[in-house]
Parts: sequence; structure tokens; C-alpha cells
Amino acid sequence: MEPNRVTDASAPARAAQSDAALVQVRGLRTVLGGKTIFDGIDLDIPRGKITAIMGPSGTGKTTLLRHITGQLMPDAGEIRVDGINVPTLSRNALFDLREKIGFLFQNSALLTDFSVFENVAFPLRQHLRLPEEIVRNIVLTKLQAVGLRGAAELMPSELSGGMARRVALARAMIRDPMLILYDEPFVGLDPIALNQVLKLIRTLNDTLGLTSILVAHEFAAVSRAADLVYLIAGGKVVARGTPDELTRADSAWTKQFFGGDADGPVPFQYPARDYATDLGFPPRMQPERAA
Amino acid sequence: MSAVRKEPSRIADALAQIGACGLFLFQILGAVPKSLRHIKETVRQIWFVGAMSLVIIMTCGLFVGMVLGLQLYYVLSIFGGTAALGTVVSLALYRELGPVVTALLFAGRAGTSITAEIGLMRATDQLSAMEMMAVDPLAYVAAPRFLAGIIAMPLLACVFNALGIFGAHLVGVTWLGLDNGTFWSNMTSSVDVWKDVVNGVWKSTAFGAVVALIAVFQGYTTPPTSEGVAYATTRTVVFSSIVVLALDFVMTAFLM
Amino acid sequence: MTQRRSYQVGTGLFILLGFTALAYLATQTTSVANFSQGDSYTLNARFTNIGQLKLRAPVKLAGVRIGSVESIALDPTKLEAQVKISIDKRYHGLPDDSSAAIFTSGLLGDQYVGIQPGGSPDMFKDGDEFVLTQSSMQLEDLIGKFLVNGSPSQKPADGDAPPAKDAGKPAAPPSDTNKH
Repeated sequence: MEPNRVTDASAPARAAQSDAALVQVRGLRTVLGGKTIFDGIDLDIPRGKITAIMGPSGTGKTTLLRHITGQLMPDAGEIRVDGINVPTLSRNALFDLREKIGFLFQNSALLTDFSVFENVAFPLRQHLRLPEEIVRNIVLTKLQAVGLRGAAELMPSELSGGMARRVALARAMIRDPMLILYDEPFVGLDPIALNQVLKLIRTLNDTLGLTSILVAHEFAAVSRAADLVYLIAGGKVVARGTPDELTRADSAWTKQFFGGDADGPVPFQYPARDYATDLGFPPRMQPERAA
Repeated sequence: MSAVRKEPSRIADALAQIGACGLFLFQILGAVPKSLRHIKETVRQIWFVGAMSLVIIMTCGLFVGMVLGLQLYYVLSIFGGTAALGTVVSLALYRELGPVVTALLFAGRAGTSITAEIGLMRATDQLSAMEMMAVDPLAYVAAPRFLAGIIAMPLLACVFNALGIFGAHLVGVTWLGLDNGTFWSNMTSSVDVWKDVVNGVWKSTAFGAVVALIAVFQGYTTPPTSEGVAYATTRTVVFSSIVVLALDFVMTAFLM
Repeated sequence: MTQRRSYQVGTGLFILLGFTALAYLATQTTSVANFSQGDSYTLNARFTNIGQLKLRAPVKLAGVRIGSVESIALDPTKLEAQVKISIDKRYHGLPDDSSAAIFTSGLLGDQYVGIQPGGSPDMFKDGDEFVLTQSSMQLEDLIGKFLVNGSPSQKPADGDAPPAKDAGKPAAPPSDTNKH
């Protein structure tokens, strides 16, 4: 809305309309490479909350994030971010929208050519002509928030996985976005780094009045941070609720996913021909053997 | 079974690649105005693809010139025409060897590094990250490297030519005792600025564009795996060599 | 920041080096080095045959380059080649009865216009025309003549006549062949 918004001036306005969902997904259908990823999904991401999207591997959680940011166009359905239908946007309008969205990539995606400082400063330098002094102050403030002000002059190759993720987080929020998307932020982190990132996600969301979408597998971690959890499986939303509700829910999906059973609605076996047939036994031998 | 199905699709794949590369050229050209905002990035890329290739270009230029000097001196002496050494060496360099050899070296030195770098950026989501930061990677990554190739290539070819002539002079005049005045005067009387030097510059500019385009395209469209990046760098060298030599023939036919 | 600056300085040096090389090649190793396209004046010359003479071919006097061929056209009425020659202003003292001829440098080299100075006290002025010109020597003619003259036993009178007629038009070539 305000293209040169640097500080978060629109926070009160946002709080006023917090009843409406910031992201609304309606009837989303996606087919990728002949495989149906989403088969009519409806989602509401409430403002000011942390919403976790969970589900078995390969259910397209990352694809959903790519839909929300317009990197990937769906085959059918509506995705409204702050009232704007993303799939209909032109490239320029999409870029305008993305300036208000922060995205934390699974592998941090820091630019290898630039130092930590320049990485965090990158969005500022690209979009705003600010005096060097102000850039420096903003960047150092954000780096302080993620606890890496001392690492400003390091190169990305010198960072550990957890540090890189925190730098990427600082970069994602450098322009005070209205929405931050976290793609698997806990993957490959040791418990200490995981807790640091978790705490950051929670505090940033609360102090800056952001809306966060969190894609993750780790239910233990998610349940400590998320306000709302969507469980997606088989191209549909199979469960929705607070972490507490979901652990107590009486559905086969939630039981398998949160209980961590190897077999269940998500089968242990990849769909295959009959086992005996595959091994070369004639099909009719099976009943004989059984008898 | 799969081999039968693959055969026709392989030709279609090749056609699709060429088509995609052509479309990519238009995308890059469309992004060039936007990339002027990132002019510093273009400067940095000229440094990487141009200045960093200087050592190999200069070394190879010197040796190519020396070999040419030696070989042609021997052949020309059969006809008693060693006086034409300067002319023949400089014409060979300006018209063909300078642009072509520089382009091949450029593909091997700068093209591969462009492909590998962009492929790695793709594999580590850096390109997607730029998109998410509302920075067009076409304008910030692809176009500057493309422009840098166009700008750096003719300059490198000129350096190559100068070193080549120096090498031929070293062999012909300093070692084999050809008269210095004859060497230069024969060269200057038969080499034409427009027909030879400037046409060579056009050629190398076109080669620079082709090599940079192929390198950027291969990096940009590589599958984001380490294997994909490895194949893409190989393809950069193979494709740009073929295209440079084919284009050389076409341009020679037109410019002559 | 300092890192960024050093890139820019390095790139600047590289571009400078490239253009220096181009300037060096263009000025020191080409015909530009011999003849600066400075002030010049033009003369016209008519030839019955210019052979392989090309634009920008050198114009030499006593072997020294003094100008270049500016344009080549066919005179539609006289059916002769009309060659415009531009000559450096420094060489303004050419007698107006000088003659122009088309020579070949070396056995198979490029062709150029050679000027033989005359003895007239008056000098050429801009736009003047050469009165005396001598056309290009055609290698084919020479070979034809050589074959005919060199094999007297084979061909009787009727074989001798047609080539002589072909080559007979310019009067000078036979004497030239003897000289060589």
C-alpha cells in the first residue's frame, strides 16, 4: 500500500481489520507433472498469528508457499493475500506484493558473493535509495534482533546452518513485511539452534505484529510456536485446529501424523502390484498357499 | 521400451532447447533496461568474465602468434615470400583466429564459470530468493553477465590479436632474422582498418553475445542438482564451441 | 565497500587495456599507419580495364604511397572505367602530364595505381583528369599470349590470329611482357 514504508506505520491499521484472514485460499487445485498436488483446498491464515502447515513429505506444503508468493500458478482456485488475488497479478504487481512478504528458504539461500551485512542490506539497496548511515542502522538493528550483529562481516560460507538461517530471517524481515513465510525452518538444526530459531519466530511475530506461515514436520517444535495448525494430506485439508486440539483429535490422519505411526492412512508401502505376482508366482497360487 | 520412446523425443528435446534459448534471449533483452539500475553488477561481471580471463587470453595469444610465425615463416620461405609474414599473421589473427580462439577460450574460462555460478545459485534457491525479494534475477543475474560477455569479448580479442602479433614478431624478426621494417610495412600496406580489424571486432562481439547467452541459459535452466550443474557446464562448452564456429562461417560469408 | 571499489578500478583498467589494444591494432598495423586520411584532393583517371582494382587500393608514386582509390564507376557513354583517386595534400606538386597505370604488387598480389610523373611545368589541380593511362594487365591475356607464342609448331596461321586480336586492343602489353 505505502510503497516506501520503512518503519511499521501500518500496524494499527492492520490490527483493526485483524478479524479478516490475511491469506485466503479457496478451491485450490494444482496438478504438477501429471500428479494432483492439491485437490480443492480451502485455507484461512488469520492476521497476527502463526499458522503452521503440516503434512507428510511430498504433500506440497512448499508448493503451497510458492502459490501464495506467486512463484507458481495454480490450475484453479483463488489465493487472496491482503485481498489481492495472486494468480491474476502481472509480474510487476507481483513484485510489488512480494516487497511486503518475507520468505525464509529451507536452505537459507544467502547470496554467496556478499557478506552477512550485504545480504541483509540487499533488499534495502535494491528497492530504496537510502543514505548509507540509515542502511547501516537498519541492518545492524535486525542483526541484533537475531543475535548476529557480531557476524556482520562474515561470508555466508563461514556460517553454521543455524546462523545462516538466522541471517536469512534478518533479511526476510528487513523491510518489515506484513507476512513472513517459513519453509521448513527447523530442518537440519541441532536442538540449541532449533530453539533459537523457534524463539525468534515467536517473538518476532508478537513484537512486530506480523503474520507468519510455518511449514514444518516437527510437531513438537510447531506445537510450541503455532497458534493454528493445518494438516494437509492427499491433496486435501484433513485437520485444522490448535496444536492441543489436534493432539486430542480422533482422526486416523492426526493419529498417524502426530503419533508417528509407520503405517496408517499414509501407507508404509508405496502403491505397487500384488507382491506375489511381482515375485513371479502365478496369481492363483496365492489362495492355495493360504490354504 | 524406453529407448523406443526416447528417439523421437530426443529430437523434440533438442528443438525445444533451441527454442527455449531463443526465447530466453528475448527475455534477457527485455530485462536489459531494468538491469541498467544494477550497473555496478555489470561492472563486477566485466571484471569476472573479462579481466579474470586476461591471463589465459594473453598467454594463448602469445603462443598462437609464435606458432603462426614459425609455421608461416617455414611455408613462406618455400616460395621466397617471408616478407609477407606480418601480413599473413595479422590477417589470420584479425579475421579468424583472434575472434574464434578467443571465443573458445572465453567459453572454457568464463562461460563455464557463469554456468556453474548461476546453476549453483539455482540449486541453493538464491534465484528464488531474489524473486522473493522482488528483485528480478533476469535483470540482476542474467542480463549483467550477458552484457559483460558482449563488452568483454571484443576487448579480449583485441588483446589476443596484439599479443599474437607480438609473438609472431618475436619469432619472425627477433629469432629468425626477418627485417623489422619489412615485417611492419607489408602488414600496414595490406591490412585494412574496416575490412579486417573492425570486422573482427564485430565478429567477436557476436561471439561474446552467443557464448554469454548459452552460458547464462544453461546455468539458468539447469536441474538444481550437482549432477545437473556438471552437465550444464559441459553443455556450455560444447554448444558454444559449435555455435561459435557455425556462426563464424555465416558471418565470414556476410562480412567478406 | 572498498572491495566493490577495487572491482570497479580493475574493470576500468581492463576496459582501458582492451581499447588500447584496439587502438594500437587499428592505427599501427593497418593502412591507417601509412596514410592518414587527412586533407586530400581528387583526380580522375579513365581505364579501359581496371582488372582487380578495389576501393581503397593504394596509389603510389615511385613506390611511395601518396593516396588511395576513392571510387570506381563505369562511364555509361564511353564505356570506360572511371576511377576517382584521392591524393594527400602534401603531394600537390604532380605535373599535369603524369600518367596513371594499374600494376600488380608481386606476382599475385593486390593491384594498385602507379603514377609516372611527367615533365610539364603545370601542376594537377583538384578534379583534373589524367590524360595518359594504362590499363591493368590481365594474367589471362598474358598466359594466352604465352601459349600461342610459346608453341609455334602446333598452331598454323588461323590459330595465331584470334588471340592476337583479343589482346591487341591495348598497345602496351606486348612490350611489357618482353620487359618481364
